[in-house]
Amino acid sequence: MPTVEYAGRAVRTSDEGFLLDPAEWTREVAEAIAKEAGVWPLTDAHWTVIDFCRADARREGQPPGLRRISTNSGVDMKTLYRLFPKGPGRLAARIAGLPKPQSCV
Amino acid sequence: MKNAVIIGAGTAGTTVANRLARRLRRDWMLTVVDPAPQHLYQPGLLFVPFGGRLDVERPRGRTLRGGIRWICESVDRLHPEARRVVLGNGDAIPYDLLVLASGARTCPGETPGLVGTETGGTVHDFYTLEGARALRRALESFPGGRLVVDAVEMPIKCPVAPLEFLFLADDFFTRRGARDRVELVYATPLDAAFTKPACSRALAFLLEEKGISLETEFSASEVDAGGKKVRSYDGREIAYDLLVAVPVHRGAAYVEASGLGNEMGFARTDPRTLLCKADDHVFALGDATDLPVSKAGSVAHFQAEVLEENVVRAAAGKSPLPASDGHANCFIESGRGKALLIDFNDTTEPLFGTFPLPLVGPFPLLKEARRNHWGKLAFRSLYWNFLLPGRPIPIPNRMSMAGKRQPASAAA
Repeated sequence: MPTVEYAGRAVRTSDEGFLLDPAEWTREVAEAIAKEAGVWPLTDAHWTVIDFCRADARREGQPPGLRRISTNSGVDMKTLYRLFPKGPGRLAARIAGLPKPQSCV
Repeated sequence: MKNAVIIGAGTAGTTVANRLARRLRRDWMLTVVDPAPQHLYQPGLLFVPFGGRLDVERPRGRTLRGGIRWICESVDRLHPEARRVVLGNGDAIPYDLLVLASGARTCPGETPGLVGTETGGTVHDFYTLEGARALRRALESFPGGRLVVDAVEMPIKCPVAPLEFLFLADDFFTRRGARDRVELVYATPLDAAFTKPACSRALAFLLEEKGISLETEFSASEVDAGGKKVRSYDGREIAYDLLVAVPVHRGAAYVEASGLGNEMGFARTDPRTLLCKADDHVFALGDATDLPVSKAGSVAHFQAEVLEENVVRAAAGKSPLPASDGHANCFIESGRGKALLIDFNDTTEPLFGTFPLPLVGPFPLLKEARRNHWGKLAFRSLYWNFLLPGRPIPIPNRMSMAGKRQPASAAA
């Protein structure tokens, strides 16, 4: 399992780059992950999604799937794909310091 | 008289009903609600488009033990606060314990363009018997061109089925001497062909070997049926001559309406006890749950064993045991008389080894073998004669680690 440096901190991630310890996440870490993933700058719209994902994961005990994000965050699918290109559910979760969403099972 | 009501008599509902019929005491009335007079063997649908057996249904009465009351009606609403189920005909059924085995349904109407004049022509879906039969006719007369299989959104029932379809299609056209006229494409919203990275690593060669192109992170937003293209949310397009789409899946509408389900109608369920999170008189299992496990028959089977115990405990006023581990196994038909078998659970990815017994097997895990193909075919008989009636099958409920080892590349 790799250890990566984000925003000056050593952070442990899975093979696919998801944080292993949620306590190691900060907004600066999020920005560093986002920049590395080519999602930059992080606008208010990005943060709406990131904050929604974190709050929802806390409530539900698992990170939200893409459909759930679009239904409940107020940000529609097309916009999600624009903000977080390719796999928005996975990318938003990774930036938000959450585990890989398992609705992809 | 107390009432235990099971909604849905698919694989999960039927198995649970037959198990509980043997366990609950005479002061319990066991009722199953399902409007379909036939029980459909869903795994058989994969083979129908390629000339496989059409006898994939059996009269439901033959699948349920004596002593079970089967109500052949649809469910209109659930009233958890009043512990009542209201049927389509207006009748109300009270319950003391409820089991949601209401499954997942395909909703092709959720994707603009997927339902229309081309459905059954150049646009198909093999997740229903009707759809599979129409596709059989289309494949028989397919002159050549690009055949695209597109999984519109996750989750879907049987996540490997779209790939199995393509492996069988490769076989089908090869045997007819038509393979060089057919281009096979798999489009998926996932970032790889298989959901489990261990499978993608170990099995990616299969797609290459069979000449199947892969379009990943493709989330279909609409189908242009006239122009024969499927479009994604991020503006990509895939042209097709024949489209086999796996539509959006949702839970039953009444689960969504009851407050027991999430935004897609899947019941919010405790992963260990299988109790519904919102109501401790309601259990859920199989495709109906929101659990991050595959929507597959094997999962329903392993869950049914746990749920049987927990319903019996609940009937006696005891608390449920957190015994479910998300165990799943899956035969993946890879064509040319071979199949792969994978075995995994919530915390452990598919590993090499043998199944069900270490070393002796007889089925090798995570590699192609003819033996596994026969296993898959024998499964049909096992399903009707052992799994559905709830007869004991000598496979341990929790995934066993005995004799298992990591694929070499994962150790890096």
